[in-house]
Amino acid sequence: MAMQAAEIERLIKEAFPDAEVTITDLAGDNDHYAAMIASSAFKGKTRVQQHQMVYDALKGRMGGVLHALSLQTSVKV
Amino acid sequence: MSVRDQIAKEIADNDVVLYMKGTPVFPQCGFSSVAVQILSSLGVKFKSVDVLKDPEVRQGVKEFSNWPTIPQLYVKGEFVGGSDILREMYEADELGPFLAEKGIVCQPGA
Repeated sequence: MAMQAAEIERLIKEAFPDAEVTITDLAGDNDHYAAMIASSAFKGKTRVQQHQMVYDALKGRMGGVLHALSLQTSVKV
Repeated sequence: MSVRDQIAKEIADNDVVLYMKGTPVFPQCGFSSVAVQILSSLGVKFKSVDVLKDPEVRQGVKEFSNWPTIPQLYVKGEFVGGSDILREMYEADELGPFLAEKGIVCQPGA
């Protein structure tokens, strides 16, 4: 089970059109990524809420098709 | 007792609960290992639950907090986060004060 980085980026940008997204393939196996996401949509949200917003954007793939996605979210000013 | 009630009881009965893959001594996943190391370095006593032992709990805890991954940390019944958020809070020196504010004793190096 795996997912392409471009697919992850597409889903995130679909949900957060203004997002700056940087995806790093941690293990070269299309299964372990790190993503840094900056978006104005995170403004006023707790870290938990921000990450849940990203998981929602991935439409249920997190923890299934996508095994590991280390997240770092920040508010884009 | 439903899985949901079981989890609710566990996090009510224990101040700090870490749902993880494996055990603190033998974590079975890198992310769970990070969470254990962070709590251990802060000297926090915690109850660990090995979700690999119970597929119902493994799925149930994800639904409980609408959080799709393991590990999950609960403090005083409140979901705090997974390993990313723990690492972020720890590196920002927020986790210690957060725990102290919740009345959790931290004994680094104990």
